[in-house]
Amino acid sequence: MSSTDSAAPPRPGGFLTGRLLGSGSAMLGINIVAVVLGIAIWAAITSLGVVGLPGPMEVLRKGVELAGSALLLSDALASLGRVLSGFLLGIAVAIPVGFLMGWYRIARGLIEPYVQFFRTIPPLAIIPLAIVTMGIGETPKIFVIFLAAFLTSVVATYQGVITVDRTLVNAARVLGAKDMTIFRRVVIPASTPFIMVGVRIGLGSSWATVVAAELIAAQSGLGFRMQQAQLYYDLPTIFVSLIAIGILGLLMDRIIIAIDRALTSWQEKA
Amino acid sequence: MIPKISFQDVSRSFELAGQKSFLALDKLSLDIEDGEFVTVVGPSGCGKSTAMNIAAGLITPSSGSVLVDGAEVTGPGPERGVIFQQYALFPWLTVRQNVEFGLQITGMPRAKRREIADRFIQLVGLGDFANSLPKTLSGGMKQRCAIARAYAVNPKILLMDEPFGALDALTRVQLQDQLLQTWSQERRTVMFITHDVDEAVYLASRVIVMASRPGRLHRIIPVDLPYPRTEEMRLSPEFAALRNEVWRSVYHPAEH
Ligand SMILES: Nc1ncnc2c1ncn2[C@@H]1O[C@H](COP(=O)(O)OP(=O)(O)O)[C@@H](O)[C@H]1O
Ligand SMILES: [Mg+2]
Repeated sequence: MSSTDSAAPPRPGGFLTGRLLGSGSAMLGINIVAVVLGIAIWAAITSLGVVGLPGPMEVLRKGVELAGSALLLSDALASLGRVLSGFLLGIAVAIPVGFLMGWYRIARGLIEPYVQFFRTIPPLAIIPLAIVTMGIGETPKIFVIFLAAFLTSVVATYQGVITVDRTLVNAARVLGAKDMTIFRRVVIPASTPFIMVGVRIGLGSSWATVVAAELIAAQSGLGFRMQQAQLYYDLPTIFVSLIAIGILGLLMDRIIIAIDRALTSWQEKA
Repeated sequence: MIPKISFQDVSRSFELAGQKSFLALDKLSLDIEDGEFVTVVGPSGCGKSTAMNIAAGLITPSSGSVLVDGAEVTGPGPERGVIFQQYALFPWLTVRQNVEFGLQITGMPRAKRREIADRFIQLVGLGDFANSLPKTLSGGMKQRCAIARAYAVNPKILLMDEPFGALDALTRVQLQDQLLQTWSQERRTVMFITHDVDEAVYLASRVIVMASRPGRLHRIIPVDLPYPRTEEMRLSPEFAALRNEVWRSVYHPAEH
């Protein structure tokens, strides 16, 4: 046994599918009440003209207008396209690398210092470097998102592999399994809950990163639209963009949760 | 005839961080005959699991060797089935998939695999749960599934490490009888670790008593009760006398 990994890993199941989601229709009812109440308060405050912000109706009109001109859709698609390409690339590289790190001590020794170092740098801080070295096209943005997704998923995958229950590995060995079979049929499924935690965090940080990257350097996307609107004091457009970012982020998160549930429903709930 | 399993001066020490190495098992020599059912008892930490894991090929001895059918053990093999105290079922597989796991590795065709798996699932009384995930099973059912999984690959030797240790007394007695029944139908060589003196005497033709510091063989107590074992036997004076003898040599090894 190695002696360096002392901290107990978090229980991944509870994090993704636990009580955060609440349960039942009663909870949903309360949620809806909260949203309606929030919008009402928003309407009340803005109709008094206190803060100089647009009200819900104004934002809704703007939303309809932007949606009608297809601008909203093309912005959303531009942002989503970047996020998905960077994110998918990130986890596609992170999962095998994480497995390598967990399976081979030497790979771990070689890769871990870099992962630990780059993890301490916010992905956005890489943007200036990425733009200088990769130009102003799509590449630097996708690269930064890739990095954001990669760094969170690689650590989660690696954690998953090193915490695979030794008895399960032994159970497979005494049934005649060799390394490849153990890897495919024990290590991969056993680490799936951990990987999904990483994937979920990775998607969240990718989404945060894309919007910020578009604020800095882009010609399309929800972040770019907000940045333009800022120049013209176009508050309704900023609101519409923010709401779209929130809704899309939420939707993607829910999709990951659904996938996680499907893949890891075998887990015993503590 | 050569013994089925032969421990020959098997020692194993563990390196502990920063300390000198610790002798977990000291020169264990023991022969187990083909078709024999032996139980191993001894205080916690006396090297029972270490000895079994060496026979299973999961850990290597520091010195000495274990021979199975006269050949030195160098790693795990499907002719030696192992049953762990923690069940060690694959939680993402159903009961049937768990039982088929070892068969699949041998490359057996699907239909054949399924037929064999279902036979052993029936044998351990899990017929209604073939498609259930382990999380839906009780401890006793999990262990029955683990037993079916081990049986399915048709091992000539069963190595069982406190398999019923986590179960309630009633389930435990039921599984003991079930185990003896299948053992009498298909003779396998069984090495069964337990911390329960009653269980040790009830199952075994010989009880191996180990002692600790360092972990070593202390005594071998033959159990001269015929098979099949019955509840009557369990309550007999002969059984009580044997139990007393095993008990004393486990708990007062200096005098017995
Ligand atoms: N992997 C290991 N590393 C260090 N010490 C170990 C290891 N495995 C077992 N030991 C030690 O060896 C001794 C015997 O262990 P074990 O065979 O599990 O005993 P038993 O099964 O009889 O309770 C114990 O003192 C235990 O702490
Ligand atoms: Mg033990």
